[in-house]
Amino acid sequence: MNASIGKPRLLFDFHGGIHPPQNKTLSNQRPIRPAPLPAQLILPLNMHLGAPAKPVVQVGDEVLKGQKIAEAQGAVSLPVHAPTSGKVVAIGPRPIQHPSGLDAPCIVIEPDGREQWCELHPLPDWRTCCPPSALIPRLREAGVAGMGGAGFPSAVKLSPRAEHPIEQLVINAVECEPYITADDMLMRERADQIIAGVEILRHILNPKEVIVGIEDNKPQAIEAMRRAATGSGIEIAVVPTKYPSGGEKQLIYMLTGKEVPSGGIPAQVGVVCHNTGTALAIHRAIVFGEPLISRVTTLTGKALREPGNMEVLLGTPVSALLDAAGADMNRIGRLVMGGPMMGFTLHSSAIPVVKTTNCILAATAEELPPPATEQPCIRCGSCADVCPADLLPQQLFWYSKNQDLERAQQYNLMDCIECGACAYVCPSHIPLVQYYRFAKGEVRKEMAEQQKADRARQRFEARQDRLAKEQAEKEARRKARLEGSKPAAASGVDVAALKAASLEASAAYKAAVKALKAAEAEGSDQVAALASDVEQLKAKADAAKAAVRDAGNAPAAPVVDVAALKAASLEASAAYKAAVKALKEAEAAGQDVTALRTEADALKAKADAAKAAVRDAGPATAKAAPVQPATAEQPAAEKADDGAERAQKMKALKTAFNMSHKHFKEATAALEHAEREGADNLEELRKQVERFKLKADKAKAALGLLVDQAKADMRASGSDLKSLKIEAAQTEAAARQKARELEAARVKGDDERINVLSRELDALQREAQVAAGALKAATDEQGLADA
Amino acid sequence: MSLITVTSPHATRSGNHTGAFMRQVVYATIPGIVVMTWLFGWGTLFNLMIAIPAALLAEAAVLKARGYNVRFALRDWSAVVTAVLLALAIPPTSPWWLIVIGIIAAIVVAKQLYGGLGMNPFNPAMVGYVVLLISFPLEMTRWIGPHEAPSWFDSFRMVLASANVDAFTGATPLDSFRTWAGNAEQLQALPILHGEFASLGWEWVNIAFLIGGLYLLARKIISWHIPVAMLAGMALIALPFWLFDDARYASPLFHLFSGAAMFGAFFIATDPVSAATSRYGRLIYGALIGVLVWIIRSHGGYPDAVAFAVLLMNLAAPTIDYYTQPRTYGHHRAKRGATR
Ligand code: SF4
Ligand code: SF4
Repeated sequence: MNASIGKPRLLFDFHGGIHPPQNKTLSNQRPIRPAPLPAQLILPLNMHLGAPAKPVVQVGDEVLKGQKIAEAQGAVSLPVHAPTSGKVVAIGPRPIQHPSGLDAPCIVIEPDGREQWCELHPLPDWRTCCPPSALIPRLREAGVAGMGGAGFPSAVKLSPRAEHPIEQLVINAVECEPYITADDMLMRERADQIIAGVEILRHILNPKEVIVGIEDNKPQAIEAMRRAATGSGIEIAVVPTKYPSGGEKQLIYMLTGKEVPSGGIPAQVGVVCHNTGTALAIHRAIVFGEPLISRVTTLTGKALREPGNMEVLLGTPVSALLDAAGADMNRIGRLVMGGPMMGFTLHSSAIPVVKTTNCILAATAEELPPPATEQPCIRCGSCADVCPADLLPQQLFWYSKNQDLERAQQYNLMDCIECGACAYVCPSHIPLVQYYRFAKGEVRKEMAEQQKADRARQRFEARQDRLAKEQAEKEARRKARLEGSKPAAASGVDVAALKAASLEASAAYKAAVKALKAAEAEGSDQVAALASDVEQLKAKADAAKAAVRDAGNAPAAPVVDVAALKAASLEASAAYKAAVKALKEAEAAGQDVTALRTEADALKAKADAAKAAVRDAGPATAKAAPVQPATAEQPAAEKADDGAERAQKMKALKTAFNMSHKHFKEATAALEHAEREGADNLEELRKQVERFKLKADKAKAALGLLVDQAKADMRASGSDLKSLKIEAAQTEAAARQKARELEAARVKGDDERINVLSRELDALQREAQVAAGALKAATDEQGLADA
Repeated sequence: MSLITVTSPHATRSGNHTGAFMRQVVYATIPGIVVMTWLFGWGTLFNLMIAIPAALLAEAAVLKARGYNVRFALRDWSAVVTAVLLALAIPPTSPWWLIVIGIIAAIVVAKQLYGGLGMNPFNPAMVGYVVLLISFPLEMTRWIGPHEAPSWFDSFRMVLASANVDAFTGATPLDSFRTWAGNAEQLQALPILHGEFASLGWEWVNIAFLIGGLYLLARKIISWHIPVAMLAGMALIALPFWLFDDARYASPLFHLFSGAAMFGAFFIATDPVSAATSRYGRLIYGALIGVLVWIIRSHGGYPDAVAFAVLLMNLAAPTIDYYTQPRTYGHHRAKRGATR
């Protein structure tokens, strides 16, 4: 199939899209020229998506062009190479390309102007030299990242999982953003190298088809690519000009009719997508062994006298490029990295060009006027008409604005690609994307918090469990001690009750196992939670069995049994509650719930039975068994709940404080920065600093209040640290005292007394342990509040 | 170099703002205004001349009380649109106080008390209209017979409420049909039911609003979904009944070109704020309005029904939206009314 003469591909049209003014002729009139060598190259350790690289050079080191100066850390990470020969003069934070405007660690190199290469390892015979997969680590070592979008390490995309055979390799040469012409010029001038890079990609992935998508507004590039691809079987597909046809998902749909599943990656539908610039970088990395140290960047905007495309060394500060393009600094109203639709404004011209920098747009205030005042949404639906993801932006806006994250997610907030088409057409000038970004951030934060809270809850529950068990044991021993001399009465009944409890516990365990299996089969995401439940229930069942065994061996007093029954009852009702929860969750997740429901019912019956047993046993032994343990346990548990809630709140407040403190620090840094540069918005920045400081102070005050409250509460309930400490010390002392008494009894040889004393000692030691544990827990909590 | 930091997108469609949208709606009513003035005299223009300033004043007063930037907010032209639509909906014989009451109901109650532009669940102009229709049924049904336009002086006296209005008024085609439904001979004999192709006079009013509506479609101010669905709904339900008994039920053509059919389809039902907003939702919303209009016209107590039908469907719009979400890219199925 030779696409260059074959019939045109059947294209699928995605919903929506817009046609903003192209403004491309501004920059595609002159050939690519080399950018001047700047005084310093600033190389962020995070030019790509993923973990930042780790420096392997030190300040003062001489480096050669292409030498690795920082190495990848982890699977999704890339090394950094010296773009030219020179000296490392600094390693430290510098302003970088991130939209947040934060500084990040960078390696700064002062070029020596000699452009002396390090030793390279070219591989011109890549087709025959080695298995295709051996080329992937080379690409990683060369630092090749996606050069059109987010800068995702290319090597990662080239090792798709076996269950997703790759059918199409799509090369994204659409470049649908207005103003940008870097790929256009690259294709006009270096089509052969791009096609050579595509060949390497094809060699590695072995897809059925290779399709290069180009917008029909680049006739010269199309021509050049067609010529270069002649006879290769690589298809050049021309897509109509419409923004955002260069969005990965949109392009894949247009060319193949396949939709990348929500939250998934293209490989899941058998597609891998790479950018033209990336293909070129791949070619150079394999055939010449050159790492990715430069790229073609469009310099455009009406504030430039000589706009055009430049071959720029990575790390070149934007200011150097503006100079080279003859920028009229006074006319720059907005400095954008990237295009006008998805790029972000720069707060400093010292920010360096990185692997993903396809465009620097120095626009005048007339070109990109300051945003108009937001008006109310009139629900005109223009936004929904242009949304390429087929969302209802007006609804998303409504729910994002009201922070109704649940509804926003129901309207598929997370599927928004932030293309900005909706905000472009909105007659009320609502900065819609800004709202979505904010809401998405909140959703992500909430998810993370939820996970954290879940883990904390599990830990908390496990501890509670342990404490309760210890408490029950202690209680049992104390009772046994008290009743030890009296004859055991009606022990047969209790054994039966214990047996029933044991049976119930094991039934609960089995039910939980079943639920777990069902959940696993359905691939529910609560498997982890259920598994831990199962484990807990198993422990309980085992404990109950052991109790039956013990009781059988040494018939105990009825008091013990009431305690055991109570424990069994508590367990049963806990199991029931857990089952109900699981049921609710399953319902929420829309799973089949009948099985779970019957289980819950069964468990409820059991819990009721256990409760009844406790009630029945209670009156009979009321005299012997003081009810304190149960009643004492209840408030304790409640208190613990309360405490947990407060701890949660404290945590939230602490996060809030940290956040605002961070903002404050950032703002201060920005202010200093601005002062150094003599920017003209000092006043505004100062105000911002004030504002953040105020916020941080407020959060701190609220936190303080809560801590004080918590302390007061602890004191009021007699569980503040001091009393806990005293209690711990007291029990320890008592235990020591008992030990001494026991020693004395041993010396005397009083068998009866030795027995009693050793049992007592045992109990005391346990008590001491519990007290110490409580103390430690309280200290931890306190520490949390104080930290 | 001023380095402002704002989020993307940095470009917006030029000349694209809410005020311009709304102005287009006002422009699109011009053919209708011309034809109505030709048929019914100066009353229509007097209505407009009272309604627009009244609406602006009412809006400004409330905005000021709510602490808004009045100048900025008035520039969205939404008050003018509401005023124009209400002025065209009420009879050209209306006294000034009727108009003012309608405007206050529309602007103050139906719009601003709900939170202002974009927050009103009901179409303000139609709320104003219905309030008037229920409170002042007599004044609200005194339409002038077509081609019997009174002089500007008479119209002026009607506005001042000092004329004997009844001398100028007659039944509208819809009124007449309702009165004589079932009596084939009478229906045949009434001249007002027989214009060039539909009802006398009113057919031209409807054609004029149709032209205005097509202009709005061409300028992409409204989408085709609601008007097409509404007119289709109306015609499709009218057709079988008319075929079955044409002495009792009017023809689809008569329905489409009588009363406020076209005005309602292109100017009232399309009010974006209170309408359904998804594509399928708009189709359902429009079609149900069409059906309701026919039902109320044929079986209800009021001769025309657009206002009631629209308000009823305003109630249903959020629910319709909830069940008609589009299928988002990358999803197998649309989330339609998916519950929590
Ligand atoms: S385009 Fe703007 S005004 Fe229109 S519905 Fe969307 S958000 Fe609302
Ligand atoms: S930014 Fe999001 S909501 Fe707006 S058009 Fe793009 S995908 Fe749709």
